[in-house]
Amino acid sequence: IGMKVRPVLSDPEKQRGRSAAVAIAALVIAAGIPLWWKTTETYRAWLPAARISELEALQLELRVEVEVVFARGTLSPEQQKKVPASRITYESCCKSKSLCLVEADHALHTLTETSCGSVVIYIIPEASALLPQDMRVYVGRSRTALLRSQVASVVGAGLPEVLAALDPQMEQVLQTMSFNHQDVTAALTDRLRPGLSTRDSLADSMRAFKSSPGYEITFSLLNPDPKHHQLHWDVEAALDAYIYPLLHKMAPVANFSVDSQILYYAVLGVNPRYDASASAYTLSADSLAHVINPVEARLGSNAASSNPVLNFLLYVPDSLHSPLIIRNDQKQEVASNAFHSPRWGGIMVYNVDGAYGNDTQFPVDIAIDMSRVMGVFLSQLRLMLGFQQTGAPPGFVLEAAGREGVAEWELDRLLWSRSVENVATASASITSLAQLLDQIANIVINDNIAQQVASAVTALQAAVAELEAGNLALALEHSREAISASERAFFDPSLLHLLYFPDDQKFAIYIPLFLPMCVPILLSLLKIFREVQQHRAEKRAKRD
Amino acid sequence: GWKRGSSFLPGIDVTDTKLSTSAFLLLHQARAERFFRSDHTNNWAVLVCTSRFWFNYRHVANTLSVYRSVKRLGIPDSHIVLMLADDMACNHRNPKPATVFSHKNMELNVYGDDVEVDYRGYEVTVENFLRVLTGRLPPSTPRSKRLLSDDHSNILIYLTGHGGNGFLKFQDSEEISNVELADAFEQMWQKRRYNELLFIIDTCQGASMYERFYSPNLMALASSQVGEDSLSHQPDLAIGVHLMDRYTFYLLEFLEDIHPASQANMNDLFKVCPKSQCVSTPGHRTDLFQRDPGSVLITDFFGSVRKVEITMETINLTPHTETALAYVDQLPVAQIIHQKPKQKDWHPPDGFILGLWTLILLVFFRTYGIKHLKHIF
Repeated sequence: IGMKVRPVLSDPEKQRGRSAAVAIAALVIAAGIPLWWKTTETYRAWLPAARISELEALQLELRVEVEVVFARGTLSPEQQKKVPASRITYESCCKSKSLCLVEADHALHTLTETSCGSVVIYIIPEASALLPQDMRVYVGRSRTALLRSQVASVVGAGLPEVLAALDPQMEQVLQTMSFNHQDVTAALTDRLRPGLSTRDSLADSMRAFKSSPGYEITFSLLNPDPKHHQLHWDVEAALDAYIYPLLHKMAPVANFSVDSQILYYAVLGVNPRYDASASAYTLSADSLAHVINPVEARLGSNAASSNPVLNFLLYVPDSLHSPLIIRNDQKQEVASNAFHSPRWGGIMVYNVDGAYGNDTQFPVDIAIDMSRVMGVFLSQLRLMLGFQQTGAPPGFVLEAAGREGVAEWELDRLLWSRSVENVATASASITSLAQLLDQIANIVINDNIAQQVASAVTALQAAVAELEAGNLALALEHSREAISASERAFFDPSLLHLLYFPDDQKFAIYIPLFLPMCVPILLSLLKIFREVQQHRAEKRAKRD
Repeated sequence: GWKRGSSFLPGIDVTDTKLSTSAFLLLHQARAERFFRSDHTNNWAVLVCTSRFWFNYRHVANTLSVYRSVKRLGIPDSHIVLMLADDMACNHRNPKPATVFSHKNMELNVYGDDVEVDYRGYEVTVENFLRVLTGRLPPSTPRSKRLLSDDHSNILIYLTGHGGNGFLKFQDSEEISNVELADAFEQMWQKRRYNELLFIIDTCQGASMYERFYSPNLMALASSQVGEDSLSHQPDLAIGVHLMDRYTFYLLEFLEDIHPASQANMNDLFKVCPKSQCVSTPGHRTDLFQRDPGSVLITDFFGSVRKVEITMETINLTPHTETALAYVDQLPVAQIIHQKPKQKDWHPPDGFILGLWTLILLVFFRTYGIKHLKHIF
C-alpha cells in the first residue's frame, strides 16, 4: 500500500523555497523576456522617415536663365534709354544666306559665355536681312537663338512692357530649346496616371532608353556571303571621327562602352521578295519586326555589367539577294535603307552590288563607306539616347547638328528631361523602399542601407534646389548621385525578407521551448500567491 | 512634305530642314498608331521547375517544353531565366541519356543541344527565385542569371512542381508561400520592373498561389483549383515515369499552333484543357489586368514581336580622311601584352629548416637522455 507522505517542510525551508521561486520568476520576467525580445528582433537601422515623407509631396520648379539681347535697331531711342542695352555689331556678308546665318551664330556664340541650361535670345530688327523672309526664329548650334521682332512699335513703353510684348514668342523659343509640358510629362510617364501623357510622348518615351548610369553600344557587321564579298570596314576610325564626339559630350549623362564585331554567315530571318519593277529585292515594313529575333540569338555580348545594350547592325546582303531595299507602309523606298527598334538598336542594309560587275573574280574586296553608315547610325543613336526628332514650330529654323552629332541646346533639352526623370525615379525608389520596409516587418535593414538612403535623400534635395536655381549641370550631377544611391539601396542583396511565418507557425515554434519552463514558474507563483492570501486571511481572522 | 537642301563648303556642312506642319502631324500619328496596340518593347520569361529526383521527370519535361515554345516564338536565351534541377538528362536511370522526352514514343526530345539552363541543381532555391524576381542579386552575378527587365517589359513566369494550399515546394527542402510571391510581385511593381506579367502555375491546388496577388497588371493561370490535384498525363513504359502533366501537355498542343504572326488571344488560352481533358479545373485571374484579355495576343507574352520604325532622318557626314597607322606608330607588343612580374614565393634561407630540426632533436635528447638515440639510428 503506498501511502502518500507529504514532506513536511519547516518554516525557514518554506521561506527559502518561496523566495527562490519569486527570484526565478523575477529574473525570467525582468531579464529573460527583454533578452528574448531583443535577440529575436530584426536589426533595422534608422531611416530618415520624416524627410522621406517630404519627398512624397515633392514639387519641382525648373528655372531657365534667359538672357535677352537687343540688337541695334530693334528699340526706339526712348526705349533704349530705359533699357540697359548691350551693343553688338554683326557683319552682314552677301554671299549666301545660310552661310551668313552660321557665321553670325558662331560670332555671337563667342561673344557670350553660356552656362549649361541657359539660353541667349538675340532680338534682331524686323527688316533685317539675316533671316530669310518667312522665318522668324533661327536656333543655332549653341545655346543662342535669333528672334526677329518689331519691338519699337510698342509706343512709349519701358522695359517691362517691351518684355511682355516679346513674351509669347520667347516662350515658344524656350519651349523648343529647353523643355515644354510634353517633355516633362514624358520624363515622368511611369510615375503618372496613364492617360495624362499624349500618345506621341508615350511613343518617344518607349523608344529612348531609361536613364541608366551606363550604356553598352555594339556595332556589328553581318556578312552572310564571305565567298563573294570580302568586306573591309574601318570601324575604329569611324567611331573616333563620328560617334565618340557625341559620346564625349554626353559624358555628364552616362558612361558609354563601345565595341564592334563582324559576324559571318549571319542571315536575316526573313526572305525578301523580288520586285521586278524595281529590279531589287524588297523587305516590307511588316516583315521587319521578325528580322531581329533570329539575328539577336547570334549576337554575342561581352557586357559585364547590367547596363542596357544598344546594337547597331550593318547588313550587307549576299550576292543572290542584292540589291535589298526596305519599303515603308506606303510602298516607297526609304532613303536611309535602315530601321530601328525602340530600346534595342538599329539595322541598316548596305547594298554593294554596284561595286562589281558580273564577271569579276570572287571574293571581291569592298571597302564600306563609313561616313554614310555612321550618318544613319548616328541618327538612330540619337533617337535611342533620347534626343527627340526635332519638330519645329512654324516659322522656326533649327540648325542641324551636323558633325558634332548634337547641338548644345539639344543636349540641354536632354539634360533637363534626364534630371527630372532621375529626380522622379530616385524619389519614387526611396519612398517605395521606405513603404516596403514599413510593411514587411521582418526585413533586416543594415547600416549601409540606411547610409545610402540618407545620402540619396540629401542628393535629391540638393538636385531640387539646383533645379530651382537654374544650375542644370549641378542639378544633373546631384540627380545622378541620388539615383545611383537609391538604386544601390533598393537593390541591396541583403534586403531579402526573411521567410514568412504565419502566426500559428510562430506559436508552434515557441510553445515547446517556453511552455515547459513557464509552467512550473507560474504554478509556484500561484501557490505563493494563494499562501499569501491565506496568511492574510488568517491574520485578519486573528485580529477580529 | 520634307525639303532638304545642303550647301557644301569645305569643313562646314549645313542642312536646312523645313517641315510643313501637316506632314509632321501625320507622321507622328502613323508612328503612334503602330505602337499602341500594347505597351511593351521587350519580352522576358522566367521558367522554374521546382522539383528534383527521377520520379519528378514530368516537371522538368513541362518546363523544357515551355522553354522550347518560347524560344521558337522568338524570345532569345538572353531574355530567358531557366531554373531546373537538371538531373534528368544525365540521370543513371535514364535509358536514353542526354534526352528528356515530352511525349511517349519518344517523339520530341525537349532537351536538345541548345538548352541554356541558368540556375541548375541546388541553385534552384526560394531565395534565388525571389532574388531573380526582385533584382537583389549580388554584384558578381552574370547577366545571364539576372532578370534585366524594365518598365516596358512583358514577363512570363511559369512554375511547376509539387504544391499545396498556399505554398509551392522547392526541391523537397523548402517552400514558398503565396504571400511571399505576392510581395515579390509588389516589389517588382514598385520598381516598375514589368509592364505586364503573365503567371502560369501547373501544380496541385495551383489556384491558391495567385489568390494573394495585389499588384496591377498581373494575369494568372493555374492548372487546378484549391482542393484539386493536377494530374500527370501518361507514363512511358520504356522510361518508366510519367512524362508530362496534363495541363502543360494541352498547353503545349495549343502553343504548337501559334507562330510569331499569330493573332490568337488570351481568351483562347483560358479555354485550354477543360475539365474533360484535365480532370482538374483550370482557373485564371484577370481582375488585376488593365487590358481586356480578348485584346491581349498570345505572342505578347510567349513570343517576342519587336516594334520597328523606319529611320527617316539621317545625318550628312563628310568622309573622314583616315590616317592609317604606320607599323612603327602602333604600340610595341610589350605594352599591349602586359607582363606582370612573377611573384616569387618567399622561402626561408637555405639550411634554416635543417638547422631548426637539429636544434629540436638536440633539445629532445638533452631533456630525455641520450639513450633514446639508439631508436633513431
